Amino acid sequence: MPLDSRPDTKRNFSVVGTRPLRPDGVDKVTGRAKFGADATAPGMLVGRILRSPHAHARIRKIDTSKAERLAGVKAIVTRDDFPDHSDGDAALYDVLYNIMAREKALYEGHAVAAVAAVDARTAREALKLIKIDYEVLPHVTDVDEAMKASAPVLHSTIFTDGVEPKPKKASNIVRRYEFGHGDVEAGFKKADIIVERTFKTEATHQGYIEPHACLANAGPDGQAELWVCTQGHFMVRDTCARLLGMDISKLRVTASEIGGGFGGKTTVFIEPVALALSRKANRPVKIVMSREEVFKATGPTASTSIDVKIGVTKDGRITAADAALRYQGGAFPGSPVEFGAMSAFACYDLENVRAVGYDVVTNRPKQAAYRAPGAPMAAFAVESVVEELAKKVGMAPIDFRIKNAAREGTKSSYGPTYGPIGLLPTLEKAKQHPHFKAPLGPNQGRGMACGFWFNFGGQTCVSLNINNDGTAALSVGTPDIGGSRASMCLMAAEELGIPYDKVRAIVADTSSLGYNDVTDGSRTTFATGMATILAARDASKKLTARAAQIWGIPAEAVTWEKGFAKPAGANAGNFPPLSIAEIAAQAGATGGPIAGHHEYSADGAGVSFATHICDAEVDPETGATKIVRYTVLQDAGKAVHPSYVEGQFQGGAVQGIGWALNEEYIYGKDGRLQNAGFLDYRIPVCSDLPMIDTVILEIPNPGHPYGVRGVGETSIVPPLAAIANAVSAAAGVRLISLPMSPPRILAALDRKAAAE
Amino acid sequence: MVKVVVWGSLKPHTGGKSELEIEAANVRELLNRLGETYPGLKPQLARGVSVAIDGTIFRDGWHEPLRRNSEVFLLPRMVGG
Repeated sequence: MPLDSRPDTKRNFSVVGTRPLRPDGVDKVTGRAKFGADATAPGMLVGRILRSPHAHARIRKIDTSKAERLAGVKAIVTRDDFPDHSDGDAALYDVLYNIMAREKALYEGHAVAAVAAVDARTAREALKLIKIDYEVLPHVTDVDEAMKASAPVLHSTIFTDGVEPKPKKASNIVRRYEFGHGDVEAGFKKADIIVERTFKTEATHQGYIEPHACLANAGPDGQAELWVCTQGHFMVRDTCARLLGMDISKLRVTASEIGGGFGGKTTVFIEPVALALSRKANRPVKIVMSREEVFKATGPTASTSIDVKIGVTKDGRITAADAALRYQGGAFPGSPVEFGAMSAFACYDLENVRAVGYDVVTNRPKQAAYRAPGAPMAAFAVESVVEELAKKVGMAPIDFRIKNAAREGTKSSYGPTYGPIGLLPTLEKAKQHPHFKAPLGPNQGRGMACGFWFNFGGQTCVSLNINNDGTAALSVGTPDIGGSRASMCLMAAEELGIPYDKVRAIVADTSSLGYNDVTDGSRTTFATGMATILAARDASKKLTARAAQIWGIPAEAVTWEKGFAKPAGANAGNFPPLSIAEIAAQAGATGGPIAGHHEYSADGAGVSFATHICDAEVDPETGATKIVRYTVLQDAGKAVHPSYVEGQFQGGAVQGIGWALNEEYIYGKDGRLQNAGFLDYRIPVCSDLPMIDTVILEIPNPGHPYGVRGVGETSIVPPLAAIANAVSAAAGVRLISLPMSPPRILAALDRKAAAE
Repeated sequence: MVKVVVWGSLKPHTGGKSELEIEAANVRELLNRLGETYPGLKPQLARGVSVAIDGTIFRDGWHEPLRRNSEVFLLPRMVGG
């Protein structure tokens, strides 16, 4: 839609910006909320999936005959039950191949068959009776190894795109991306100091607490229902319908409450399998993943290898910046390397910049989005070099960043010229923050980093019904992950002029509302929020028309003000204001139900920046690190519900702390994951963390009526670098590999001691 | 004519040029004519792109108008988590 919604920055909000309790809060703390695994249906079967024990293997034959004869087994599906309906859509074919292996199993954990049985024990027994004839193939799991000419090739169809001439030999390098402007080589010639380093980061999982779960119920008439925990039930509906050759209208999907997603629930894994089993068994089928399956068969983020080179003058001005980024995204194309390359230098005002990215496939699970996909790793590498350069030129790192920061009018490293952006305000606010002046203790170090994310809008449809008592029922199609129902109620209440608790928001199923894109891209408070505002304005316009009817005056002679219809002026007549409840009570007599709607493709989301400050303490005896203080400063445009904005800031920092210090996918030489559980893959818990301090800045986004920007992703971009800078300062040696686990820190301390 | 800048690794498909002059009044015309003029871009256009116009990134919006002096960049289709 056109950007005709300039923010009203002088507006005095009534409820937006307050911190009411979330409408789903009581249900969630009392156990009444229904998550994916809580769905149930009469006659329900248990679905279980057989997974490849090999990292790379040709599937010569699948024999299900013994399993089929087991009493209590009602259906078995394999690759033969998933004919290719992708019609040339390579990305959809990859999803099909990922949910059920075809000619090869491409990673340990790749689904090869599935069973529906009367109970879990029978299903597990049946899986053991399925015989798979594998031809085990050489595998590769490391990104740099996978790029070598000698590496085992996963797909004979991948010939690197974006290079000239196009290779004639298949490889694991899917595509090359290049972004930038100016003359990097000439820029480096102007530099007095150049720092060049190579960094590595390991794959990490989004670590949502709720494993994937769904209940499918397909009938003999070709219609089906699906209950599922997902970030986007319309996406689930459309993808499953296409994979299974169904009409979209015949599949109704209801999103459950969701126990975290962080990008990992923006695709399908078990849902088409459950539907195929249900269709075959003619019974409802529920599949709930174990934590081991979540680790082995859903999408972690990419592991990376990144070279960064930055040159500066003696007075601290960057003359050139260059990066080569190599991301493996598992067994299929689509690592987020282009966004790593685009965002790597986005915080800086650069005359000469280049970022080259390589999308690489390996024998690992297909990566899924993880908050600001691709950006945190790139920021880790770039911000580490920035910190090092600042110290080399004798500047405080924050002053170095302020001197080189992107601002309005800067040509961004990925191309477009920035409009009003909030990076400098976060840096200036950080400089004044008490955290920056606080003394450090023994073995402690302080680091900082900046981060950037794009944000987007997307397809959105909202319906707002005015009930007969003047309350409002709001239907949205974006699952609520971070408190969005509360934010939507605030915005609807603001527009209608009624109290927050008079609006109830639900996440409607796919048959009740028009299509909505997934809850991702930090888009919901921006896009669903704007649709809610516009739907409420549509409703209030109808309410004024009804008031005009009641008074017998033209609709143009009535205005809507703080929950009341009022005559627009003295000439309109002298009528006492009519409340929303009074108008709604007469809806039947004045034309029927009153509702507001809005459906659109939202654009103009507005980019977002953050600055993080971190204090870390390193134990030189054990290599263990403790984060002792952490502060997030981020531009939110306008914080609709400040507590949830702060929660997003804190959540990003916490996930970043885990990524930086502990979390990693550890593979054995056999290509199998060694730590598929929360005991061996350790995410931070409360006792590992300090209270994360937050500062919300509000630089209005011109693309939203209230100035809202997305906040969900930017907060995970700076932590890896901020923590690495703090740990490097505390340890007295530059850490270049994540996670900075005790063995890696001890090795770095040993290298430092050997060099001294 | 509108000047549109494509990212560096698309240059093999545009005769080595990153700045292209295209006759287009809106995003839809721009994308259609890019595909017609440079068929090598079609696979990327099919995978999805975003278009930045004067600093604002549009993921959808076929009918966003383009002016002669607009700053236009072709970018990968935005994703999120």
